[in-house]
Amino acid sequence: MNAVAPLIKLESISKHFGEGSTRVDALRDITLDIEPGSVVGLLGPSGSGKSTLLNAIGCIIEPTAGRMTLDGEVVYDNGWLRSDLRRLRLEKIGFIFQFHNLLPFLSVTDNVALVLQLAGYDDDDAKHRATQLLDYLEVGNRKQAYPANLSGGEAQRVAIARALANKPRIILADEPTAALDSQRAGIVMDLLGKVAKDQSAAILVVTHDEKIFSRFDVMFQLRDGQLSSDAA
Amino acid sequence: MNLALRDIRHNLGRFLLTCFGLSLLLGVVLSMIGIYRGLVDDALVLARAPQADVWVVEAGTRGPFAEASRIPGDTREAIALSHGIAEAGAVTFQSVETQHRGRKLRLFVVGYEPGRPGGPAQVVAGRNITRSHYELVADRSSGLEIGDRVALGTSKYTVVGLTRNLVASGGDPVVFVTLKDSQELQFELSPSAARRELARGAAPSGTDTINAVVARAAHNVSPAQAAHMVARWKHLSTMTQLEQETVLTQSVVERARKQIGMFTAILLLVSAVIIALIIYTLTMDKMREIATLKLIGAPDRAIVGLIVQQSLAMGLIGFSFGALLIASLKDVFPRRVILNPEDGLLLALVVIMVCVVASGMGVRLALKVDPATALGS
Repeated sequence: MNAVAPLIKLESISKHFGEGSTRVDALRDITLDIEPGSVVGLLGPSGSGKSTLLNAIGCIIEPTAGRMTLDGEVVYDNGWLRSDLRRLRLEKIGFIFQFHNLLPFLSVTDNVALVLQLAGYDDDDAKHRATQLLDYLEVGNRKQAYPANLSGGEAQRVAIARALANKPRIILADEPTAALDSQRAGIVMDLLGKVAKDQSAAILVVTHDEKIFSRFDVMFQLRDGQLSSDAA
Repeated sequence: MNLALRDIRHNLGRFLLTCFGLSLLLGVVLSMIGIYRGLVDDALVLARAPQADVWVVEAGTRGPFAEASRIPGDTREAIALSHGIAEAGAVTFQSVETQHRGRKLRLFVVGYEPGRPGGPAQVVAGRNITRSHYELVADRSSGLEIGDRVALGTSKYTVVGLTRNLVASGGDPVVFVTLKDSQELQFELSPSAARRELARGAAPSGTDTINAVVARAAHNVSPAQAAHMVARWKHLSTMTQLEQETVLTQSVVERARKQIGMFTAILLLVSAVIIALIIYTLTMDKMREIATLKLIGAPDRAIVGLIVQQSLAMGLIGFSFGALLIASLKDVFPRRVILNPEDGLLLALVVIMVCVVASGMGVRLALKVDPATALGS
């Protein structure tokens, strides 16, 4: 019996949009546990509910029913929703987007340091940690650059640095390799795997990118809002 | 980390261009306020020039500015001898158009008795009138210089002194001549007209008519008491200086004042709407960044700060540029533009208020942004 508590625990999570004839069931009775140190792939065709599930775990949208626990804290329980979701996102969740979403008016260092400052680090400590992370991700040489001047791979690594800055235990990645070539995609996935192990983090990756399927510890498939199978 | 400052630095060109546009708009608002002040001040400056306490005019009139007033020239002596009056001077007022150095020159001619109330309060260059005929003290805005000779009626006058900022309510520069000269200018016929009058047997008419007597009250007498004492003479009307100024602002320039006041209010409203639109548009442009900030856990105060600080910076920089622009251009305006520090301060406060209210719309929009927006393409 495995004694490790899951970082992401979903119990019969459902989400529907609209009512009556316009009702769309985006998630149906999803039950899922993701343990620390694991990199999990979430597959599925367009409209299957992948983004809805990612948004629900990321505390961006409220489920309709079920119970959701993140890092041991109940976030949603059949209509009850925690009120400090933004704080929870800041402390526990790191987001990696397909289009990196770096703030265009901040330098590379400031993009990463911002998250740390929001979490309470002072200016110098935030910049120091941001620089360390950027060096670790091999974009330290671009720390003064602005996002508009970065290549796709560089921007994605900066986005990963931002997601990791506050040492979150949950990392949600939406198509993180879609804009990258095979080699860069491999580097990004290696890195996520390393972070999962080093930080005992749970990493959930939504992807269509077949070339990274082999990097997942577990893969789930979503179809019509239902977690249909463990694709692994 | 100040996000507003970082965003401004990153888009400095666009920010400064927006500030410049706003500064032109606020400059126009400030100039309208200045024109309004100028109009009111111009209307009063002529009435204030004699430094009088009491105005004595034709019975039943509110002259000499709001209505025509004609009284005999010897009225001045009777007023001067009245109880409660320290000194008095006879004055005439008339508009004259002449040519000088090939250009049309409209002047407002004041006739007064040198040494008595009614003349210029201060001569800033040259001297006051000392001769009984053909000398003139002109306002600088007329373009006349000391030593210039200018034709008024059938005679030529020499400019001996200059005043500053002394214009009539219509904006025409004021010139001072002696009472005798002004009476000649106003009533004496040209030689051909005099010959025609003589030929038809008309008796020559007298020229000793004036428009008003300005008087200063004795030390122990208030202007109201002095005015009351003179008003007991049934054939004359009196007004205190305060009443004369009220007549001027409420009758003579009332419509122009209201017109400019209303236009200023409309301009201020338009500026408020434009500021609101600019801030709203700037916020709309940053929707994705705001959604990202929410997603990574930035508190509302960081997002509100980003919008409100930028909005205030834009308003204050725009106002400062506008104020500088109008301060450096105010003398180019054909009429006087008076920029009072208190008006500038009031406008700055209005701009700050407008910016805060306008950014409220942007803030409302930003706070409604769904963080999931950041996840879309």
